[in-house]
Amino acid sequence: MSVTRTGPLPAGEAAEYDVVVVGAGVVGSAIARALARHPLRIALVEAADDVGDGTSKANTAILHTGFDAAPGTLEARLVREGHRLLTAYAREAGIPVEPLGALLVAWNEEQRATLPRLAEKAERNGHRTTRLLTPTELAAREPHVGPGALGALEVPGESVICPWTTTLAYATQAVRSGVDLHLDCRVEKVRPGDPYHRLVTRRGVLRARHLVNACGLHADAFDALVGREDFTVTPRRGQLLVFDKFARDLVRHILLPVPGPLGKGVLISPTVYGNVMLGPTAEDLDDKTATGTTEEGLAGLREQGGRILPALLDEEVTAVYAGLRAATGQEDYRIAAHPELRYVTVGGIRSTGLTASLAIAEHVLGLLADCGLDPGPARPLAPVRMPNLGESFPRPYRDAGLIARDPEFGSIVCHCERVTRGEIRAALASTIPPGGLDGLRRRTRARGGRCQGNHCGAEVRALFEERPYGEGAR
Amino acid sequence: MNRTVDVLVVGAGPAGLAAAARLAAAGAGRVEVLEREATAGGVPRHCSRPGFGADARGRALDGPAYARRALREALRAGAVVRTGVSATGWAGPLTLDVTAPTGLERVRARAVVLATGARERPRSARLVPGTRPAGVLTTGELQRTLARFGPRRESVGRRAVVVGGDPVARGAVRTLRAAGVAVTAVVTGPPSPAVAFAGVPVLVGTVVTELLGRGRLTGVAVRGPDGRTAVLRCDTVVFSGDWIPEHELVRARGLPLAPGTRGPVTDHGYRTTEPGVFAVGNLLRGVEPALVAAAEGRAAARAVLERLGGAPWPAAGVPVTATAPLRWVTPGLLGPETGPLLLRPERRLVRPVLTVAQNGVTLRRERLGGTLVPWRSVRLGEQWTAGLDPAGGPVTVDAEE
Repeated sequence: MSVTRTGPLPAGEAAEYDVVVVGAGVVGSAIARALARHPLRIALVEAADDVGDGTSKANTAILHTGFDAAPGTLEARLVREGHRLLTAYAREAGIPVEPLGALLVAWNEEQRATLPRLAEKAERNGHRTTRLLTPTELAAREPHVGPGALGALEVPGESVICPWTTTLAYATQAVRSGVDLHLDCRVEKVRPGDPYHRLVTRRGVLRARHLVNACGLHADAFDALVGREDFTVTPRRGQLLVFDKFARDLVRHILLPVPGPLGKGVLISPTVYGNVMLGPTAEDLDDKTATGTTEEGLAGLREQGGRILPALLDEEVTAVYAGLRAATGQEDYRIAAHPELRYVTVGGIRSTGLTASLAIAEHVLGLLADCGLDPGPARPLAPVRMPNLGESFPRPYRDAGLIARDPEFGSIVCHCERVTRGEIRAALASTIPPGGLDGLRRRTRARGGRCQGNHCGAEVRALFEERPYGEGAR
Repeated sequence: MNRTVDVLVVGAGPAGLAAAARLAAAGAGRVEVLEREATAGGVPRHCSRPGFGADARGRALDGPAYARRALREALRAGAVVRTGVSATGWAGPLTLDVTAPTGLERVRARAVVLATGARERPRSARLVPGTRPAGVLTTGELQRTLARFGPRRESVGRRAVVVGGDPVARGAVRTLRAAGVAVTAVVTGPPSPAVAFAGVPVLVGTVVTELLGRGRLTGVAVRGPDGRTAVLRCDTVVFSGDWIPEHELVRARGLPLAPGTRGPVTDHGYRTTEPGVFAVGNLLRGVEPALVAAAEGRAAARAVLERLGGAPWPAAGVPVTATAPLRWVTPGLLGPETGPLLLRPERRLVRPVLTVAQNGVTLRRERLGGTLVPWRSVRLGEQWTAGLDPAGGPVTVDAEE
């Protein structure tokens, strides 16, 4: 087990793997973790300098029930299973989850007419607990919702989750169970071969008996490296606004839009960090790096959000960001085994990928077996317990016992998010240390609050630069 | 650990330290100041320019010297100043939860003085679109970074753009240059104090429409008053000014905010609407100079001492609000004491006619001689509210050009 970020990759036999998973987002990390149960040599390879640095870090952070999936699709099945698996795993690994439930709010007659049909669809997807709410019931549940709502469909079980901790937990557990994680290691060429495919990266060559493409937005480009052209990924941008924690009391459920012919609309959702999120936009683009927000996008979100929850706009915005979803023109995942190449493509994992990740991983294990992989006996994974970033769960700054054992947990560095020196030190010394200040923020929330580093930026940077290991060392 | 003190001051900036010094000297009993940062003194610690008054021999003080003196005076008067200690919330009226390296505490006080100051709005709160690269700062983070890593351009960048038009932007330009960073331009909205800051072009009426670059900032896109767009190449952008009170404890207690300032509503005795809780300094309305904030801290001591002496908490006074083109007026409540009103316009106003009225009845109407600007407050003396009916309706302040 090791984590590398710089320098040449291991050579000779150390570079020979039974399986190489390319892409350390939430899906690739889940697959590596599932493989790590077996006595295999596994590498998880990532082009960015951190795990979860693409779509996995910038999404709506919802653990879906799959109530509105297209019945009978692979996505519908994997989302349903994934919801169950990740709910259980989150408890075990300390990933913050809040089962707030969702309300689909109807704002016009057409949307209200859609609600019973959505309830039937949910039932076909195995969710029988949905319920229609009258405007009065909705107002009692959500007193701050704007005027004009005609009713809502309640979907229990929809939850908010920490997407950063989820990916990091999978990858951490994989590494602790023996997986090699190579970061900052873009695969530039693939030379298919037998018994080994050769993967040419910027940092050297890896050899892989089996190959998994979990490249997210770049799944089509990686397919092309091995000579497959089955689909094209069109990045769909979602811009989001995150509001100050003072807004958290304004909303109790995840407020979902009712899907209709005019698009999906925007949602308003609490986050596990105690903020309120508004978004996303849905813009089909060509550029897979276009993760910037735009004037029109942000203005449009505020206009739509102001109708749903007028008081929200009085609060400060603590973050603006955009993520890209991997749309492929098909309303389902694009997961395919290519036995002749000992290769599995995990493509088209859209906004439900976080929810489905653990179920996708089990599914991919089956496909690898179809490609001739004999995984051998299963053994327990190394245990993992992640630091809590959730506002509704105990945080170190309030933990008298922890502070008594280590006073650094009583020393708050990031005041807005109440992140202590102890937490920052622990993240810097963790199994997969952050490669930069943004990675540190995703592990601790430091610099992620309302002042965006005005107070703590310099101090956090100093702690990062003093970190106990050398520049990007293993 | 549960403890009781006489006065708990939250925040050891100019206002909090001045209040503590005055209270301790007046025999208020145990006066304890909590400061979440590692050193006391507040914002002036990082402002190495004169403008902070003078010492006993008449020599001009810079920010750090002023901060040291304010701390010394509080300590000499007998106040206890604890740094690296955070007040995280309320456990009840006049009782705060505290986190410190020494453990958790629940501190109960006979009076609480909130002096938590203000911060500059960062990029996200200003809704500036674009990517999220490194090199995006506020003036505060710029100053702290240079204080921490030394005034070298490696610690900040090589070429910067400053956003904002008030004196804080001028300070940011000076700070960047002193650190060896080239400043390409100052980008500012319509109200502008100057056409150039020490030779740096000021782009008036211009907005930042996008931040560019991944990993590190590579430039900012701007749109001028004529609608034309341009990209300014830079690796650093400093968002300056645009202050908002650090009102977390105020809101956690559910105290009302004044609409224009986003600070707590107080009266001329610095009393909030919660008996025993006072608020002073830049928590009340964003930024005023340190000397103004400190004067408020000292002035608040009188009402705090009355409270400790058993005086009843007065009923809430008459609310005062400002209407456009005025941005805010403080304090938010008039009575039982009288005092001046502090006022800011949202844009430049040349010789405006100001009207103070209660329930539509004019208390005073007068043309001001000079020009009001958004980066400076104007004081209206007590004569402006003479004739106020303490039992009457709300007071409004209007301006016409």
